[in-house]
Amino acid sequence: MNILTDTSVDSISTDETDHLTGDLLEISMGPQHPSTHGVFRMNVTLDGEQVVKLKPVFGYLHRNHEKIAETESYLGCMPYTDRLDYICSITNNWAYALAVETLAGIKVPERAEYLRVITGELTRLQNHAGLIGFLMQDMGASGTPLMYAFREREKILDLFEALTGARMMCNYMRFGGCRCDLPAGWLDGAKKVVEGFPKFLDEFESLLKTNEILMARTQGVGIVTKAQAINAGLSGPMARASGVDYDLRKVDKYGIYERFNFRVPLGEVGDVYDRYMLRVLEMRESVEILKQAIRDLPEGPIMDPGTKIRGFRPKAGEAYGRIEGPKGELGFYLISDGSPNPYRYRVRPPTLINLTLLEDMCLGHNVADIVIILGSIDIVLGEVDR
Amino acid sequence: MLGEGIVKGLAETARNFFGSYVNKERLTTVQFPEERLPQIEATRDFPFLVYDGTDPEPGLRCVACQICEKECPPKCIYIVKSADKKPDATGKAQFYPAQFDIDISVCMSCQICVEVCPFDAIKMDVEFEMSSEDRFGGLLLDKYKLAKSNEYYNKIHPTEAGAVDAALAEERAKAKLAAEAKAKKDAEVAAAKAAAAAAPPPPDATPALAAETPAPAVATASGETK
Repeated sequence: MNILTDTSVDSISTDETDHLTGDLLEISMGPQHPSTHGVFRMNVTLDGEQVVKLKPVFGYLHRNHEKIAETESYLGCMPYTDRLDYICSITNNWAYALAVETLAGIKVPERAEYLRVITGELTRLQNHAGLIGFLMQDMGASGTPLMYAFREREKILDLFEALTGARMMCNYMRFGGCRCDLPAGWLDGAKKVVEGFPKFLDEFESLLKTNEILMARTQGVGIVTKAQAINAGLSGPMARASGVDYDLRKVDKYGIYERFNFRVPLGEVGDVYDRYMLRVLEMRESVEILKQAIRDLPEGPIMDPGTKIRGFRPKAGEAYGRIEGPKGELGFYLISDGSPNPYRYRVRPPTLINLTLLEDMCLGHNVADIVIILGSIDIVLGEVDR
Repeated sequence: MLGEGIVKGLAETARNFFGSYVNKERLTTVQFPEERLPQIEATRDFPFLVYDGTDPEPGLRCVACQICEKECPPKCIYIVKSADKKPDATGKAQFYPAQFDIDISVCMSCQICVEVCPFDAIKMDVEFEMSSEDRFGGLLLDKYKLAKSNEYYNKIHPTEAGAVDAALAEERAKAKLAAEAKAKKDAEVAAAKAAAAAAPPPPDATPALAAETPAPAVATASGETK
């Protein structure tokens, strides 16, 4: 943090600050700050330790994603979606594939749907595992929880590498199915990882769940009420931690999610602790989905034979495809004019919209709390800035 | 009791710490670069060009169709198609890339070039220690740097390369059969023509012989009719 200006700003002084006659301090957190999860800057106005105003500044990682996609073929957009939220590339692929499939009316074979669920839920597991590790890191638990979480995440990334060839930029899905079938022995490896995952969660919970320092730091911090969450359009774990029962896997039932038996955990208070625990609970539900999907995985083709991947030209029209990504509702809105590239390509990133409540969450809290509140939103700047 | 949670957490840390001495599950790191994990078969990073046989110059499978150049999302491939045709590894006259450059500082390893190549000519490499002091020239690979043998491909991706080899062998056998059948048919047509033109037909003229010398037969036939 570097002190930019030391001003006494009359316009933003509040009743509480008036009688203290202290100067307000405006500091700039980021963009090169390790706790901001990327290049994200917050202009924070402080009264002593307390936040009285916070202005997020983003755009440092803008890469012109949407405009580039409008010059690419439909196939060529797929690897770019990997780079949106680079932690969970497979769910990004899925959302885009779903949008193109809705646009062109493509039907996905059964086995491909199962593969999508398996890889998608594995992505959710590794995203949440990474997140809870980073959240602890933000809180000052340097190293230990993060390394335990990453050890587990690494097993899933190895599975991704064996299947798709890359650990993070998987580029796995295609409109009409998936790119490649499972290599020999992959399913056994996946089964082993999935069955071993609850043990990691148990360990992680006994490590931290009842830790007094963690509870003191997170409980009652960064509260989002149910009404606020709905009004701001939050989605994903952020909304569910505030008690909003909204999970696209249940609401939309996209793909084959209606076949699986799983619950949607909900928070009560909507503070950082709820968001942390909600992710742990969600991982347990993902493990249940994965067990069912691996058990029921049918044989068959993985690509729709009628779909032309190269030189793909959907009919003129528009479509919106959305899925429940690990971070919230990820949507792609496409307009086609019948040419080989999209006429308009728009991403609805979950983390940008979840970030809109940042100031409301931070007001009145200490500087150190900003870091954990931001960490609990689970942002990836590749997606916020695009 | 205050502090119970912390003690519980510390017990977990201790179990992991001491467990790392006896349990491989708890110590998953290796001492790179002295120690390396085995390569996962599907791993990919940058593309390379496959050649058959021993010499990369005639052996390149690439026929400069430029599909990968068109489909490459970040447009990192640059191809100049040859003006003439040269025999490839199987002896068939083909176009070849006079120039084939990949700028791997731009490449994003998406492997769409591999996916769209109809000739199995471009594949993904696994070599990752490619750092260079020359930012532009050092990362711009020409076709001589890109060319790697089919044996190398078989070594890094055995399953995939085996399937590709089998498919190619089948395709080539089919092409050979088709070529033979075509030659035979041509010969038969020529022989029949010759037979119709020249009466009486030579009793020992086999179709193969006729195929070898179709032009003189026709010439004599036309000469006779004149």
